[in-house]
This record gives sequence, structure tokens and C-alpha cells, in this order.
Amino acid sequence: MTETTQQQYETVIGLEVHLQLSTKTKIFCGCAIVFGKAPNTQTCPVCLGLPGTLPVLNKQVLDYSIKVAIALNFSVNSFIKFDRKNYYYPDLPKGYQISQFDHPIASDGHIMIPIGENNFKRINITRAHMEEDAGKLIHDNASNASLVDYNRTGTPLLEIVSEPELRSAQEAYDYLQTLKLTLQYCNVSDCDMEKGSLRCDANVSIRPVGETELGTKTELKNLNSFKAVKASIEYEVKRQKSVLEAGEKIIQETRLWDENKLISQSMRSKEEAHDYKYFPEPDLVPFTIEASVIDEIAKTIVEGPQEKRERLVKDYAISDYDARILIQDPELSRFFEECTKTYKDTKKICNWINGQVLTELNSRKTKIANISLKPENLTQLMDQLDSGVINNLAAKDVLGLMIDSGQSADTIIKEKGLAQVSDDGTLDKIVDELIQEHQTIVTQIKEGKESAIGFLVGQAMRKTQGKANPKKIGDIIKRRLLHA
Amino acid sequence: MNYNELTAHEILENIKAKKCSASDVYNATYEHIDKVEDKVNAYVRVAPKEDTTSSIDETASTPIPIAIKDNICIENKETTCSSQILKGFTAPYNATVIDKLKNTGAIFVGHANMDEFAFGSSTENSSCGVTHNPWNLNHVPGGSSGGSTAAVAANEAIWAIGSDTGGSIRQPASFCGVVGLKPTYGRVSRYGLLAFASSLDQIGPITKDMTDSALLLNILAGYDPMDSTSANIDVPDYTQSLVNDVKGLKIGIPKEFFIDGIDPEVKDGVNEAIELLKKQGASFQEVSLPHTEYAVATYYIVATAEASSNLARYDGVQYGQRKMASETRKTKLVDMYEETRAQGFGEETKRRVMLGTYCLSSGYYDDYYLKGLKVRTLIKNDLDKVFEECDAIITPTSPTTAFKIGEKAKDPLSMYLSDIFTISANLSGIPAVSLPCGFSKAGLPIGLQIMAKPFDEQMLFKIGYTYEQQTPWHKKRTQLT
Repeated sequence: MTETTQQQYETVIGLEVHLQLSTKTKIFCGCAIVFGKAPNTQTCPVCLGLPGTLPVLNKQVLDYSIKVAIALNFSVNSFIKFDRKNYYYPDLPKGYQISQFDHPIASDGHIMIPIGENNFKRINITRAHMEEDAGKLIHDNASNASLVDYNRTGTPLLEIVSEPELRSAQEAYDYLQTLKLTLQYCNVSDCDMEKGSLRCDANVSIRPVGETELGTKTELKNLNSFKAVKASIEYEVKRQKSVLEAGEKIIQETRLWDENKLISQSMRSKEEAHDYKYFPEPDLVPFTIEASVIDEIAKTIVEGPQEKRERLVKDYAISDYDARILIQDPELSRFFEECTKTYKDTKKICNWINGQVLTELNSRKTKIANISLKPENLTQLMDQLDSGVINNLAAKDVLGLMIDSGQSADTIIKEKGLAQVSDDGTLDKIVDELIQEHQTIVTQIKEGKESAIGFLVGQAMRKTQGKANPKKIGDIIKRRLLHA
Repeated sequence: MNYNELTAHEILENIKAKKCSASDVYNATYEHIDKVEDKVNAYVRVAPKEDTTSSIDETASTPIPIAIKDNICIENKETTCSSQILKGFTAPYNATVIDKLKNTGAIFVGHANMDEFAFGSSTENSSCGVTHNPWNLNHVPGGSSGGSTAAVAANEAIWAIGSDTGGSIRQPASFCGVVGLKPTYGRVSRYGLLAFASSLDQIGPITKDMTDSALLLNILAGYDPMDSTSANIDVPDYTQSLVNDVKGLKIGIPKEFFIDGIDPEVKDGVNEAIELLKKQGASFQEVSLPHTEYAVATYYIVATAEASSNLARYDGVQYGQRKMASETRKTKLVDMYEETRAQGFGEETKRRVMLGTYCLSSGYYDDYYLKGLKVRTLIKNDLDKVFEECDAIITPTSPTTAFKIGEKAKDPLSMYLSDIFTISANLSGIPAVSLPCGFSKAGLPIGLQIMAKPFDEQMLFKIGYTYEQQTPWHKKRTQLT
């Protein structure tokens, strides 16, 4: 078979995202949500599903869900109704999960995902619905027993289901990134995939290019990172192609991603799939939210990431590229804007934040919100740099020290003696020494090889442990050797 | 008369007049339990006398000995719904009604027998043995709150609490000759009631007369933030409605309820009650509830569907009895589920869980559950229409008096029909009461059912109390020794 006659396939992906809402208490009881506690200490008769207990909806879950719905351009359904999803599993104490079936709180949403430098693609989001999380099963090999921790039981989740409009693993990745970013701006969840506060399942199918019917899909689970989402989809698309090319059929099934082996394995096929027997939850009375409540929540929504990007470019005359970096972390862009209040060269401070500050953060695997560096620390450093008290090299060192110690730039410069030497007499002496020591270079410079000046400046810095004012040194060398 | 044969309002008067103490009443009750419980089997567990005596508060407002149906949680007490699957389950919390009763000084005598998970109309479906009707020990007490009504009828408790999903308070009250009231859905908190059918269940008082019923409902009723389905509206003082006056009241008699097959003695008893109320100034009119014939079928779809989900938690994982498969090679999770439920549930429970599961299954949901909900609305509409012109509806509580033990046990369908008159009140959420209106020639009580508009329990007290003032039935006591 030649390249040209080979069947071309189109990939069709839909993502189901579970967002853990960071409310103070659980969705249907008063238990505090605190992570990392001893097993079964964050529970009560209600979330344990003990006989006779009843759920009562936490209003904050409703408010947070509405906020997300507005941010993702959903229409909010004012009629609130819950349903029971019935299935048996030891981590599900009632034998059913309280969820929303036919009246999700949000429907018909969308986000714009970036395609290349300046284009966007609209991805429609089918629905978002509220539900309770299950507990955690722990298989103890030592005692050969299965243990259940119900601390997570009843943690509020918002499930966000996209339309099957993603056409590649990269698009799925970009959708998830954009979704996460938008959700972060809502301030209703940690959105941390590694901690499980943002979880993602992918529905993947392929079809011949030009075909309008959907192919048989598989559902990928256990995707615990953005990387896993992308890699598992790429793997699955390849797998499905090879199945079809071998003349076989795709089996509708759930597949578990193995992050170590980088393969997925079948978990259960459709024949074994559950009949969830959804029906209206009789313990929770349906109700209608007033339009004014939705309006009030809409007012609490600050600008989304894309609006912020546009505003940053417009207000601070920074590049779109820089703005995109800043909005990736809402706290980082907030830091930038704080800095510009006292430091007027917006481009320069932006370069420092996106360059040096991010480098320091990445090397420490942390975020701006988790360190003690304050905007005024950075602007003070910039002032010292601009006024020539320290040079660029020293400034980078000071930044690192500020992040580690929490001290101000002034204190560090003083304590470490990092102020640069700009005194003409001292610098003249240094240049005298250099001319003596590097006759060959001096000759080259005099013969017109100006680039060799840099070498001498470097030597000057070495002699002064980086404290010499490099600009002044350069000027002196030029004056002495070229204009003499 | 022995203290345990008195009503609560009589006891409270005696205590006030210092003629007796709360301890005297409890002791008399406990001694009588010792004497007759072997014959009646009203209780699944009686609280130890020593523990109970020490907790009696003589100064409390209503220190009345009360039996609690075995599906209502009492903290640190085993609560099992008369089922083997919950054996050993000790509730770590009090039901809201238990807290309320505790606050008024009520004395908890024990947990009363019931049909397993309230599935039944005779208390024969209990894993803790059959309860016998105190008026004739060869007959059933009705069900599912048969232990509660038998305890009151046998003077083994002054009061009892039952739950009513399709008639489970009223039908056994009728069979045992006591007053059983199902409040409006939402009037009494369900928090702590082990659910049968969440949209139908309601806790209610079982007493010897209407006055006690009002006293007890005063304690039980009210909004509970722990129960989203409880109504956040004011509760009146029901004793204010104990007035001997029905003049000008319009009462409907649904023609569909006086069906063929109704016991002539029951029919006569109810008709005599109607005549008596007419003489007191109430006017009666025939009304129609055209969807009555679908009530039982609708009920068995809606109730079993909800029950199949409510009972899913009894899986052997967290509490109660866990059974592992007998064959050691079968150690899968699903085998544990199957074995636990196969051994833990009784026949009727299995029947209803399977029926309900079927009704909710994909492909059947629309034809059964959804259609059931639609017919439920039609039944409610029928009642709403009648209440546009009537203040109340009067019917028999059950088509027959108490039947013999074993008589219907092998015929579930004829058993289901004994709830034919009571189910509509649950499907529509309205309040209804059963009170004694005579005895058959065989000496078995006949029950009169009064139904009223939602949250108009006062109407039940008004009519019931007036009726009681003209009749001796509520003063009759069983004489078991």
C-alpha cells in the first residue's frame, strides 16, 4: 500500500473533567474538608451514609457552581434538582451517588482555546453538574485486606463535560490548560491534577476523514497529569488505527492509563457496564434559584484570563507573548500589576518577572503565591539596578537571596557588599593593571578589534568579584586605548 | 384501673394531682410487659428496667412510657428494622423525633416489632417473630407498625411511634383499636428514620385517643434543618383543635372506596360513624376519586423503586451482618454483596428490592417509574379537587378487621390490598388518622379513617375528638393477663 492510498483518520475527543470545589464543608453535611487527615476522621453519620441520615445541600457548592457556569459561558439552569446514580462499590457508602442527571446546573457552555500564535478555536461544553465525591479504597498488601477511607466522601464535585470537538491530543491538552486557567480565575478550586482536585477522563474515537458518524469510543481513565492526558490520547489513537488497519473492530471499553509503562489496558467492556438506574433524589426537594442570585454571583467574577491578557497588552504596552506568560498564574499577573504601581518601566519589570523571577521559581518548583517575595522588594531591586548601585549580575544574585531569605534588596546589598564599584580612581587603577597584564589584547583593540574590549571588561569583573561597574570600565578602556 | 391502662393526659393529671408518679406508671407498664410480652411479642428489644428507671425525670413535661418502632434511631441502641442484615447495628445518633421526645422527658420502653424494613401489613414479615393482636392473639396486629400499635393496645406502652409509608400506622391502628395518625408529608422530621420510600415515609403518633394524639404530635411536629423535605412552616398547638364541634363541616365520602369485598361489619361501623357525625351537624356528600383503582399499583412502583435504592447501603461493608460466600474460592466483592443480602434480607424484602430495581432499570423506567409518578400526580389532583369543596374525607381504614395469622402470608397481592384505602394519603402527602369506630361480632376493632388537606391536621383532631365524645370505643382496653 502506498502512502497516498492509505486511509486517513480524524481523531474525535471529548473530555470529562471533575473539579473538586474548595468549599469549607462537604456538599451534604457539615464535615470540614481538610486534606491529609487520619483516615475516617473527617466524617459524620450523614457522609458515612448511616441508616436514617439525610442530605442537606451546602449553599456554597451552589454558589461556586454558578460562578464556574458563568465563567465558562454556560447558561445557568435555575431549576435545581438532584438524582441518584445507583451502583455498588465499597467507597460509596449509600450504594448510590447523589448527582444531577436530567437537569444539570449548567448547559451549553464554551471556551476559546488558542490555536497557534493568534488564533482561537471555540470548544463547546455540553454540561456541568454537581455531585458528591466517593471515598478512597486502600488495598493493604500486608494484611491482604481492602480498607476504606471515607474522609473524601461527600466532597463537592463539579463535572464538566465537553462536546466531542477536540481533534488531537494537543487540542485536548490545550483545552484542559485553558479550562484549568479559567477555573483558577474563579477561585473555587485548587485545580491541582496531582492532588486530584482536577481530574480528567478522555473519550476517544477515530473515523475516516470525511465520515460524519462517530466511531466507537473508548474511555481513558487514571490520567493524573496534563502529560498523561496527552500521552494516553496519542497512544490510544495509534492503538485504534492499528486495530482498524488490521481489519478488526474497536471495542467500546474503559481503559486505564499506566503512567510508568506508558500504555493503557482494558478495565471493563460495555457489556459489563453499569445500569445506573438514575431517578430523582427524593431526599432533596427541587427548587428554583432567583435570577437576582445568579446576577449577584456574576458580579463576583473578576475578568477571565483572556480578557486579562488583552488588558495587560493594552494598559502596560507589553507584548502578547509576555501577557500570555503572566496570565498563566493569576497571582503572577497580580504581582506584575502591583510592581507597575511604583516602577514605571513596565516592559523592563515584565522582562524581569517573566525571565529571572520565573527562572528562580521554576528552579525551586514553586509559585509566586508560595514565596515571601513582595512586589516592593522587586521594584527596590530594579531601582538599585537602574541607579547603578548594583550591576545586572549582582541583581540576579540579590533576587535569589531575597526569595530565600525574605529580606529586602537594600539589606542584602549592604550585608553582602554587592554595591558595585563606580569610583573613577579605583576603576582607573584597575584598567592600568589590565593594560599591563594583557598587552596582546591591547594591541588588538588599538588595531580596531573593538570586540576584544569585552574580554578586558570581563577581566575587570573577575578582579572585583563582579562589583565593578561594567559600563564605566568599558568607557575607561575606550577612552584610554582608542581616543588616546 | 392500672396506671398502664390510662391515657397520657389522664396520667399527667394524676401526676399533677400527686396521685401517682412517672415511675409508678413506668413500673406498672414494665410489670405488665413482663406478664404479657411472651404472648404479644410487641417488642424486638425492651430496655433494661434499671437503666430506664434511673433516667426518669419526674419534673419533665411528659414523662410517658413510649414504644419506638425499630426503624427509628436511638443513640447507642441497636436499631434493626426487624432485619437480620442490621443485627448488631448500634445507631451513633438520635433521630430528631427521639431528641424531641427526650427533651420532654419521654421514657423509651423499647424498640417495637415491625415488618422487615416496613415491608408488610401484618408484622409477619419480621425476622424477630410475629406480633399477635392483643384483642385476639390468633390474629395479626396489622403492619408494618404492628409492634407499636400492639404495644399500646396491650397496655405495654402508653404511647408509641410508628412510620407510615402506605398505611403502616393507620392500618395496624385500625386492627388494634388505637388511634394512629399519619401527619402531612414534611410535618415531622424523617431524620433518623431508616428510609423505606423517602417521598412517602412519615413518622406519626400512636395513642389510645385523639387527645393523646394531639399531645404527642405537638412534640413530634416541626421543621428540621437536617431534613430538606421537612416543612418550614409554623406548627399550631393541636390540643386547641380538640373541640366537640363539627357543625357546618363538609365531609366527602369517596364512592370508589366503598368497594365490593369490603367487610359488611366494617362498612356498617363506618356508616354508623357517618350517621353520628351527621347528627352533630356535619354534612356529607358523595365525592369521586376516579384514579383510586390505580393507587395500589402506583404505590408499589414508586415505593419499591425508592426502597431498592434506599436499601442498597445494606451491603455488609460498614455495619450490620457481613456474610462471606460459603465456597472459599468465591471471594470476590460481588460474592460478599450477594451472600450478605441473600442471607440478611427476608423474602418480602427481596421481592420488593427486585420489583423496585426492575422499575428503575434502563428500558423500563419510562413505562413503570415515570408512569407511576404521573399517576401519582393524577391521584393527588383528584384529592385536591375534592378538598376544594370538602373539609375532610371519611373512609374505612382497611377493608377488613384484623385477619388471622398466616391467612394472607402466602398471598402478597391480597395482603397489598389491605392498604387500598390508606395509600392515597401517602401518594398525595395529606394527613390522615385512623381511630376506633366499633368492634366486629368476633370482638375485633374497626377503624375509621379521616383525611384532610395538607397541613390541616387540626381538622382531623376536630372531627376525631367530636366523634370520640359520642362513643365509648377509645375507652375499651384489652385484658391480657
